[in-house]
Amino acid sequence: MKLLKAVLSEIFGLFVDDDRLALGVLAMVASLALALKTGLVPALAGPFLLIGCALLLIENVWRSVSAAQAQKAKGKRS
Amino acid sequence: MLNLSLVQLPAFSAAFAASLVEVVEAFTIVLAVSVVRGWWPAALGTLAGLVLLVVLVLTLGPLLALVPIHILQLSIGVLLLLFGLRWLRKAMLRSIGVIAMHDEARIFERETVELRRTAQASADWVAGIAAFKAIVLEGVEVVFIVISVGAGHGAAASQLLPASLGAALACVLVLALGFALHRPLTKVPENTLKFLVGVMLSAFGVYWTVEGLGGNWPGQDLALLPLAVTFWLLALAGVKYGRKQWQISA
Repeated sequence: MKLLKAVLSEIFGLFVDDDRLALGVLAMVASLALALKTGLVPALAGPFLLIGCALLLIENVWRSVSAAQAQKAKGKRS
Repeated sequence: MLNLSLVQLPAFSAAFAASLVEVVEAFTIVLAVSVVRGWWPAALGTLAGLVLLVVLVLTLGPLLALVPIHILQLSIGVLLLLFGLRWLRKAMLRSIGVIAMHDEARIFERETVELRRTAQASADWVAGIAAFKAIVLEGVEVVFIVISVGAGHGAAASQLLPASLGAALACVLVLALGFALHRPLTKVPENTLKFLVGVMLSAFGVYWTVEGLGGNWPGQDLALLPLAVTFWLLALAGVKYGRKQWQISA
């Protein structure tokens, strides 16, 4: 049972590490599906998703760096 | 002789690089088990783990053929995006210095100490289960990568064979090196590989998600190359900027 729990949590962890990034990706895919349904040219679907995911990644990394910096500064003060 | 076409190369290389990372991680634990308790518990745990993975593939593999191609592509695409971006994010944060690098020597030492602490009577069992767990947990990732980079084309033009060959080659390489050196493979540039795999899987993810949603790509599979290059350049720029920011606060 413990092993099964570990495997299931490992499988979940394969895809979700940072909740915000995972939710952002899902929202981006949903927006693309909606855009295609409402008339986005299929040839623009690729650039749409590529740019969206790239921006999500960069924003997430910068946010993580800022959070770690704030943590470090707090550690230095105390 | 392995003869890969340009179309098969991305699936082969993505599966090879990703499997190399996972097999190195599993090998460290199996080696710790064999050093502390001998080869039997390590070999039995490994074998049992491999059998479970084969059963998993044989059970789930044929089900993929029943899924409509667009749903299959969309599901694989989204999962690959989540998986690839997660790896790329972590590799970027490690390169910047925010997260510590993965250290096989430290993991080997920790696992060895943990196994030595275990009571003598049940030690072989515990050691065998540790090897089994390492194989299953890391192996699940390998199975997912092989299936997802290989199955997007559907049954008719499946890339499962080149992807499986990539994973198998990684296993053979790690095992051969491991047996020869008999110590954790600390020299494998794990973060560079994770960076590369994150880039490739993210590119595969964007490609299959768009295909699954009914979008199209000029040049079909060749579109993977500019996708990967874009992710790679962007990630490198992100690391460069991130390092500057991180050093300012150091």
